[in-house]
This record gives sequence, C-alpha cells and structure tokens, in this order.
Amino acid sequence: MTDVTPAPALQIRDLQAGYPGHLVLDGFDLSIERGQWVMIMGPNGAGKSTLLKVLLGPLKALRGDIEVLGRPLRAQRRAGVLAYVPQQEDIDWDFPITVRDAVMTGRFGRLRQDPWLRRLFAPRWGSAQHWQVVDESLAAVDMSALAQRPIGALSGGQKKRVMLARALAQQADVLLLDEPLSGVDGRSGALILEVLAEQRSLGRTVIMVSHDVASARQHADQVLLFNRTVIAYGPPDVALTDRNLMRTAAPEWET
Amino acid sequence: MVDGLIALMMMVVRRLPDALASPFEYAFMQRALLTALLVGGVCGLLSPFVVLKRWSLLGDAISHAVLPGVAIAYLLGWPFFVGAFIAGTLTALAIAALERHTLLKADAAMGLMFTAAFALGIVIIGKIATNTHLMHILFGNVLGVSAEHLLLTLITTIVVVTVVWLGYRALLIYTFDSTQAHGLGYNTAAIHYGLIVLITLTIVASLETVGIILVVAMLITPGATARLLTSSLPRMIMVSIAAGVIAAVVGLYGSFHFDLASGGAIVLVSTGLFVLALLLSPSHGLLGRLRRKPRVL
Repeated sequence: MTDVTPAPALQIRDLQAGYPGHLVLDGFDLSIERGQWVMIMGPNGAGKSTLLKVLLGPLKALRGDIEVLGRPLRAQRRAGVLAYVPQQEDIDWDFPITVRDAVMTGRFGRLRQDPWLRRLFAPRWGSAQHWQVVDESLAAVDMSALAQRPIGALSGGQKKRVMLARALAQQADVLLLDEPLSGVDGRSGALILEVLAEQRSLGRTVIMVSHDVASARQHADQVLLFNRTVIAYGPPDVALTDRNLMRTAAPEWET
Repeated sequence: MVDGLIALMMMVVRRLPDALASPFEYAFMQRALLTALLVGGVCGLLSPFVVLKRWSLLGDAISHAVLPGVAIAYLLGWPFFVGAFIAGTLTALAIAALERHTLLKADAAMGLMFTAAFALGIVIIGKIATNTHLMHILFGNVLGVSAEHLLLTLITTIVVVTVVWLGYRALLIYTFDSTQAHGLGYNTAAIHYGLIVLITLTIVASLETVGIILVVAMLITPGATARLLTSSLPRMIMVSIAAGVIAAVVGLYGSFHFDLASGGAIVLVSTGLFVLALLLSPSHGLLGRLRRKPRVL
C-alpha cells in the first residue's frame, strides 16, 4: 500500500460550468477532507446551485476534473456515494407517493446490486432489508408516524425531514444538501442539525448550502464563502469574519 | 398468438348475456374488441407518466406529427406504422433540439414543430388519397381494424408492458425527482427518450382505433381520472389502465350499436369516467367537498 493519506471526499480541479453564453464557475478549485461538515455560503447567483447541479449530474461541466473519494465523479454517482437533499421548490409535492415510498427511492441505487430475480418485483416484494433501512431512516428523522401519508400532506419542516430520510436511506458516504434549514420550523431545524452531526460522527462527509451563519458558527468544521470564486475557506472562526462576509456581499444574512 | 388471444377473449365474452355477446360473433368485432382492450390498456399504462411528467402537449405534438409519416409511407408503399413511428420520433427529437439550442421554450417548440408536420401531412395526403382515407387516419375506425394492425398493437403492448415493468423504478424516480435520478447515476437521457419512444409506439398502435386527433386524449384522460382517485403511483397505474380499457370497450360498443365514430365515442366515455371521478372521488371529489370541512394541517 503506497496510498498513505486517504483521498479527499471531494476534489475539484479547474472546474468550468454554466449555461449557454453565461459561465458561472470558471477555474474553480475545491478540496474537502473526509468526515468534514462543510457549509457553503454565498449570495444568490454565487454559483452554489450550479456547483450542486454539476456534482449531481443535471449540468455537465464544460471543463475540469472532479473526484469523489479518489474515484471519478460519474462512477461514484452510480455507486451511490452521493446522496442529495433538494430544496423544497425542486420537488413536485403533488406527486402521488407516500412518505415511505419516497424514502425508498433513496435505496434504488442499492437495489441495482440485488440479484435480478429479486429486482424483478422490487421494491414491493423481496426487498425486506431495504425496507428496514427505510424505516430506520424515517425513525431517525422522527417521521415514522407519518410514513403512510402522501408527501403533499406534510408541513415544510416535515418535507425537509423526509428528503433527509431519503438521503440517509442511501447510506452514502457524501451528503449534499441544498439549504436544508430554510423554511423549516425550529424543531425540525434542530433535528436536522442533530442528524447531520451524527452522520459526521459516523465518518460521513456533509456538504450543505446554507444561509444560516449562526448554525455555521456552531456546527461547521469548514465554511466556504463563495461568490463565483472562493472568498474564504476554513474553520468558522477564521472564515466567518465581518470583512469576509462583507466581501461575499450578502446583505440578507444575519450575523 | 393473436388467434389464441381472441379464442381466450371469446371464452369470456360467451359467458356474457346474449344481448352483449352477440355482436362479437363477427370476426371483425372480435378483432375490434381485442384491439380496444389492448389500446385502452397500453394507453392507460403510460397515461400516468404523461400526466405526472406534464407531457400532455408533447403527446399531442407527437400524435399530430405522425401524419406526414403515414402519408409518405403510403407513397412509398411501406407499412404505415413504420412511417408513422419515424415521423413521430423525428419530431420529438426536433422539439428537444429546438428547445436546447434556441431561446424558445418547450411549448412554443412543440406547437411550432407539430403544426408544421401536421400541415405537411395534410398537403401530401390531399394530393394522393381520398377523403375517406384521410378521415380514417384522422378519426380512427376500430370496427375496420385489420389483422396486421391488431398484431402490431399486440406487439406494442408487449413491448411497452415489458419496458415499464423492467424500468419501473427508473421511470418513477425520473418522473418524481430527475435530479435524484442523475445523482444515483441513472442514464436520464435514455429514460427520457425511452419514454418518448414508448409514447410514440403507443400512439402509432392506437391510430386506427381513436385516430390522430384524439389519441392524445387516451394518454391524458385515464391518468387524470386515476390521479383523482389514488395517491400512489402503482394504484394510479392500475386505475388508469382500468379507465382506459372501460372507455375503449364501452366506446366500441357505442360505435357498433349507434353507428358512432369510434374515436369520438371512446374519448367521450373516457371523459365521462373523468367527470364521475371528479364528482365522486373520496379525497378530491366535488360532492365530498360540500360535506367536508376544509382540511387543516
């Protein structure tokens, strides 16, 4: 074994990404160590969503190289290494699906590794071990009681917790969250932070886009202040200075 | 295989009262009934995806775009469904390309492409075929379904059922949250175009039954009806298939007994089912709403 230091959770080199006639990220570099809780902060239009879209796949990078845990991004997506908690607006909450079935979709990557005969009737039959993970994930976000509800019949905080449960069910090494704290009630917010802290203690890497400076000071290992380019990247007390926040130009933040 | 299915179907039909069963002693009625069952079922199977993916207009676009394919196939002496399938797929691809490479939004891209294709079809057919022929293609005639067309419908049904079954999880996750589908490494382009191909196949197979103009109703109405009655996708698919089959069979009956245009009859029955669901649905129904207090979360 020559590989002494483990590969970082996320290694981005010289990323260029954006939309026709409009580059959002250009020459972007970022390295995130394993087992870290990283909060990405920046104003609207800073490129946070673009970055998440490139990592998850809807947007193709124009240039650059991304590795997750030392392997190419595409292969790691297929291996189910990246779990994702969307912003509330990105989901069709009228979709006819129950809470439990929605969380099950987080297992679909793992289901691919089952024997084909079992896959033929999955997830309805022959997927007991997957349903067990689903139920544990629902319990972890305190949503077991509402498992059979249609997802549309939930409050904002409950919806976020269901999406978090879906990501937990994936048992992924890297969690990507798009503003998990926005639009949630206090109890849900506290529960989400608690669950994420536990994920980190299990050695998983948590990368979340956030607007909440207070929770960043309290929980993050690293804060990335970011507006098209990296403005500051480091532990909260180093990165979250008034000067850096000012330079990131984010008037809507509360400090 | 078709004969076997017809024999099987007739075993059931002959157990019905004579008044219902007697028309089906004719071979053309047996073909019509089996075609109606298959078309209603396969449209009902895809309809929830069309409704949930908000692809109603795309379905309409593909169905209209099939017309020049039918006309050109007729000119070249090809089977009409080959031309129809090629034209439908090409138009879907052209819509996607317009959307991606210009500033046009999806609805304008679709409206532009399918009217252009339809116009081309009308012009060609006006030159080469009789009005009856055109009417037949535009409005369908399930009573005149040929044996080859029935076979085509059967093959389409088998293909669509197999693909939806094997690809069910991919279709579910892509319809529900396409970003999640990307993130789990699904080939979303394959799912996207695969679903378009299935819809095109289904439209082509339904042409002789409901006709180009109305076929999209069979891809929208059963799913919309089912959406009012269910709150999970598997159940929505079941109810949608049932609604599609009932509409097709009852419409066929009306078409035979009262000499109605078959496509129109089938779609009207389908719409009738939707209205029933709208009135009576336990969770969404208008009648229930009068008695129920507003839901508080």
